Amino acid sequence: MADDRHNPSPSIWPLGFAVGVVVLLVGLVVSPWFLGVIGLAIAVAFGALWAREATREVRAPAVPEPEAAAEPERPSHVPVEPEPERYPRNKFLESWTIGVGAAIGGMVALPALGFMVLPAFTDVKPYHADLGPLENFPEGKFVIATFMLYPEQGEVSRRTAFVRNNGFKGSEPSFTIVSNSCAHLGCPVQANGPVFDDQKKTIQQNGVEVTLIPTQPAGFGCPCHGGQYDTEGNRTAGPPVRGLDRYEFSIVHGNLWLGRIFSVSTVSGTGADAQIQKYKQAFPGNHVDGPSGWLYPLQPPRY
Amino acid sequence: MAERKPTRTQQAAAPVHYTLDWLEERSGLVGGVKYFLFRNVPHDTNWMQTLGSATLTAFLVQAVTGVILAMYYKPSPNEAYASIRHITNDVTLGWLVRGMHRWGASVFIILMFLHMARVFLFGAYKYPRELNWVIGVILLTMGLAEGFTGYLLPWDNTAYWATTVGININATAPFLGPWIAQFLQGGNFIGPDTLARFYSLHMLVVPGAIMGLIGLHLYLVIRLGVTSPPWSKDAAGTQEPDAPAGRSGLTRPAARGGEAE
Repeated sequence: MADDRHNPSPSIWPLGFAVGVVVLLVGLVVSPWFLGVIGLAIAVAFGALWAREATREVRAPAVPEPEAAAEPERPSHVPVEPEPERYPRNKFLESWTIGVGAAIGGMVALPALGFMVLPAFTDVKPYHADLGPLENFPEGKFVIATFMLYPEQGEVSRRTAFVRNNGFKGSEPSFTIVSNSCAHLGCPVQANGPVFDDQKKTIQQNGVEVTLIPTQPAGFGCPCHGGQYDTEGNRTAGPPVRGLDRYEFSIVHGNLWLGRIFSVSTVSGTGADAQIQKYKQAFPGNHVDGPSGWLYPLQPPRY
Repeated sequence: MAERKPTRTQQAAAPVHYTLDWLEERSGLVGGVKYFLFRNVPHDTNWMQTLGSATLTAFLVQAVTGVILAMYYKPSPNEAYASIRHITNDVTLGWLVRGMHRWGASVFIILMFLHMARVFLFGAYKYPRELNWVIGVILLTMGLAEGFTGYLLPWDNTAYWATTVGININATAPFLGPWIAQFLQGGNFIGPDTLARFYSLHMLVVPGAIMGLIGLHLYLVIRLGVTSPPWSKDAAGTQEPDAPAGRSGLTRPAARGGEAE
């Protein structure tokens, strides 16, 4: 009856205990009072179950099995098998090696994994861009502006936007500032129309080189997969799933400043009278409205 | 009877044998290598069945050339493109090693697909080799991940915009897509962190996974043996009555322990 040595069968409680420790450690980073407490509760609960199971035989050893009753009738020439050890030392050591090993592994692996994954979502920095004096943006004309979102990163953060001064709506200044990132898969859309490179202006704003090139587009088109947009950024043809993203803007001391990027499903009306269906910035290719938008319920933090 | 004087060949071989015996006694490595290399295989194996080794060779070429390229490549946005130009134009033989890595990448991917086609058409994915097919499919996705992450590293316009599109294709996966994309970007836009993390994935994470999986893949090949081609007369489960004794069961692992000798 060597198989009896394998009783009790291997326990699943250490796994729950390890999960609890994992949740606890994640909780300590994310939200100590919510996730941390939950993790602690899981770890304590499973730890208790584990301990209970591991010590079951020690605590309640004397449950006589039905066979035991027949024991006296055993013929005397049959050797009595030695009773198995009730709480073998090797089992204790085995569970503790696994449990402590899992805890150490978790303590090492979790911070490393967190360091790999979390900064992409938690270290999202705000951005602004100063496009310079308003007189560089004549009313009703598009200007292709390039600027840096994060000057400390250098040229890799240079972005392009199509900026049109719409004049005033009432007493409020109005600008149409369309991102050049295609709403299909993010390629740079181009102006469909003449680009007046000879009128290019290069100015320095807060140490960042800003270029301004007048253009006269009939719309915008993407060179990669043929997406087409009108001058308000509405999709007119091709694969894009929504209109072009736009920038918020503000005017500070006579300079045009760009703020957050936001996503747009459609725009009705034009210029200062445009009615914009505005959404939190979504990745290219993600629907923001309609049933298809239900596939993308939660965008990561993007400032 | 007096012992015969050893021949010249025997004399020359003695130090080699001594070394190998020394190694074998202490590690068992010689026997292990023999066990790995001198396996019984079906007598009617086909040249198509060398595609797996060819893929492995292509991977080894990528690994070796990649490690050497890493000695000259600088994964930062302001230096990456310049360092690629430097490797290609200035460093002695840099054009060759970069070319091997760049074209070898395509060879690796093509060979993976050919190997996969061979396994499929030969029915070699069937019992008991299903698990090895699954491992192979994971290896295929890992290989494609190598292609995707490596494509960004030259940091030219093609690399930048192809990666933009690739990341945004990831973003179109339902529910988690945008999160995967932001993880790949390492932030809310493609930037310096994107290049550095693609370099790390390309250089360390994915190749490490590939090496581990290749180990498992080979282990299962050795454990389960090589399949006969589908036109083989020695179909699984049948035994030719006139087969010479000791020939292995072809689709079953060869019996080991010397009866084949």
